[in-house]
Amino acid sequence: MSESQETTASPDQTLYEKLGGEAAVNAAVDIFYRKVLGDYRINRFFDNSDMEKQAAKQKAFLTMAFGGPNNYNGQDMRNAHARLVKMGLNASHFDAVMEHLGATLTELNVPAELIGQAAAIAESTRNDVLGK
Amino acid sequence: MRSITIGESTFSCQPDETVLETLLRENVQVPNGCRQGLCQACLMRSLDNSPPASAQVGLKDTLQKQKYFLACVCRPEQNMTVVLPNQQGASIEAGVIKKQRLTPDIIRVVLEYQTPFNFFAGQFVNLKRADGLTRSYSIANIPQNDNILEFHIRRLPNGQFSSWVHDELEPGAQLTLSEAQGSCHYLSGRAEQPLMLIGTGSGLAPLYGILADALAQDHSGPIHLYHGSRDLNGLYFVEEMRELAAEFDNFHYTSCVSGDASESDHVKGRAHDIALSSIETLKGWRVFLCGHPEMVNQSKRMAFMKGASMADIYADSFHVMQENK
Repeated sequence: MSESQETTASPDQTLYEKLGGEAAVNAAVDIFYRKVLGDYRINRFFDNSDMEKQAAKQKAFLTMAFGGPNNYNGQDMRNAHARLVKMGLNASHFDAVMEHLGATLTELNVPAELIGQAAAIAESTRNDVLGK
Repeated sequence: MRSITIGESTFSCQPDETVLETLLRENVQVPNGCRQGLCQACLMRSLDNSPPASAQVGLKDTLQKQKYFLACVCRPEQNMTVVLPNQQGASIEAGVIKKQRLTPDIIRVVLEYQTPFNFFAGQFVNLKRADGLTRSYSIANIPQNDNILEFHIRRLPNGQFSSWVHDELEPGAQLTLSEAQGSCHYLSGRAEQPLMLIGTGSGLAPLYGILADALAQDHSGPIHLYHGSRDLNGLYFVEEMRELAAEFDNFHYTSCVSGDASESDHVKGRAHDIALSSIETLKGWRVFLCGHPEMVNQSKRMAFMKGASMADIYADSFHVMQENK
């Protein structure tokens, strides 16, 4: 482990560092959440919720997808989404969220290769989210 | 080694331990979730020393100012006395010095306190009468070294507390006040930012305080206030607001009536519909929403979808206490 003063991209940078760390998550969260709330296919899963708490959860999700520090726990993810699965949450809804993740990063001019890496991390939660 | 005091107990924070870890190790019940400073489940507040800035990342600026922090990422740099968000601090006594009817439904009550009391205009306090009956009301004035607090109290159908205030409370009576709470208030800085204030009924109380605060602190950006009510009995301070709008070039006021108010000079419609359809985008705006819970929730969402950042939306829903008759 070493603390590098370098700010330019180096081969040892993590995905999170390449994406711009916490500042990048902050830039992404409003854009992403706005897309999700504006999507008639999935916004019923976000209704009746405290918007502020929801935004904090979106931020946790994006931090994880960006490869940032997280305590990802599959069981917690299952428990948190069990209510939504009962409401009919399925693969098509997960796909829609993945779409918005990609579109958000594209809007922020993130290179395609890094978008692919973030999408792969998000994708790895699919079974837990859908309770499979 | 730093110490953490909560309630009657004081615990030592081990080196490298977070406040959350210390409290959980000592079997203090603290809600928590992600343990990485994101989900905000472990939100708490320091009553004395400021928490490290790193433990306040992501919190609303008004909460940061009030020394709220996330226990799971707080490695204390000083001793701290902490409370959970719903725990009450000290209460104070205040006497009624003025009572004034503003409309058949809304009454203005001014209290004077003797003990030091910190607040921001727009925050709320719990008012408690002698028999213990308690309700929350928003503060409509800014702190000005005169030790007074102003409230606008709407009479609710079957409202035990509001009916008592309207019909029986007299100058000279004493009330008990909680400390000021809530994050819906003005903060200086970003003086050029446009402000959108939307309120229904006595939701004008916190907005009136927020407006006074912004003007007193020389806010230079445009300030738009939309005040609405179903009928004329919920509209008040109309002349005062019009005078302020005439005095301050950057202040714009619109009164709205959603029900029948023919022959009045108010805009017809719901305040938040009129306000939010009046502009293309709220990108970069600071938005304050006070009053009816449904209006607040709808407007919050509409304002966010119109481009306001979540961090820039401040809201205070007036939930009605269910009365047991």
